[in-house]
Amino acid sequence: MHVPDGFLDLATSAGTAAVAVTGIALALRGARRELDDRLAPLAGVTAVFVFAGQMINFPVGAGTSGHLIGGALAALLVGPWTATLCLSVVLIVQALLFSDGGITALGTNITLMAIVAVWTAWWTFRLLSSVLPKRVSLVPWLAFVAGFVSVPAAAAVFTGLYAIGGQAPIALDTLLTVMVGWHAVIGLGEGVITALIVGSVLAVRPDLVRAARPYLDERVLEIRETSAA
Amino acid sequence: MSADVESPSAGGRVERRSRLLVVLGLVLVSLLLAVGVSSFASSSPDGLEYVAEQLGFEDTASSEHATQDSPLADYEASGVQDERISTGLAGLGGVVVTAALAFGLFWALRRRRS
Repeated sequence: MHVPDGFLDLATSAGTAAVAVTGIALALRGARRELDDRLAPLAGVTAVFVFAGQMINFPVGAGTSGHLIGGALAALLVGPWTATLCLSVVLIVQALLFSDGGITALGTNITLMAIVAVWTAWWTFRLLSSVLPKRVSLVPWLAFVAGFVSVPAAAAVFTGLYAIGGQAPIALDTLLTVMVGWHAVIGLGEGVITALIVGSVLAVRPDLVRAARPYLDERVLEIRETSAA
Repeated sequence: MSADVESPSAGGRVERRSRLLVVLGLVLVSLLLAVGVSSFASSSPDGLEYVAEQLGFEDTASSEHATQDSPLADYEASGVQDERISTGLAGLGGVVVTAALAFGLFWALRRRRS
């Protein structure tokens, strides 16, 4: 999903850079509310895991591969504002140190992965959890859907950006179809990884999964007396 | 809320220890992936690259990258011949740099307990 320099014209790249800077500025404020002494180390390790996960391209058939974006995972674990910062740190490190993703395209990549993927996943999870029963066992399934949806969502927004400032005359309906189609397949992998990690942390320390907090409030501690007779 | 669970009681110690377990577990998995598994990852083009090839706009990507002379460019540690070791070292470098930036940022941003 890392957009290289040259795909989009400079005006569009400047626009996404402005979106990215605004998003990061808002996230720097929002993350203060999400982070406390307990969650700061978890947020740090979430960024590290996203970096590592993004290195692992898995084959999705027809000579194509995909890798974790990690936006959904980060949003569900540490909250969406902090997740935007996690992904931004990873994308900046990748562009500056690994020449992965362009420099003028850095704003585009932050917009697509640190903002679109993160917030699509977060709102998908919130929406589903508001209509489904509050059962903790459902959380990994919702995490799967949130992860799955976040990837084609980012691909669709890329197509929109390409419609504005793409540097080649491509039929946009074809671009939309193949971008969303392939990224839906990749999204299945995203969903599985997101569900596995969220499920694992949930099993050890449910309170460390930000998205699961409303579920924990629902749990009532009961003291049951065993009858003697 | 956190004031209760983090109180220096036995329960608080268990809470802290299991939180450390989660953080260390994720660090270990990350190192395993970035250093050990990364060189086995698929080298096929990713979704966007593949689509760009199919629709014929991959050539619009600039052939030069401003940071292509970075010692870790393209996930290879420059000067290391062995491909697996080179990718593994690049992964290690990425984990260390990401960790330094992210832990520093989030530690600075966190709400202090009064």
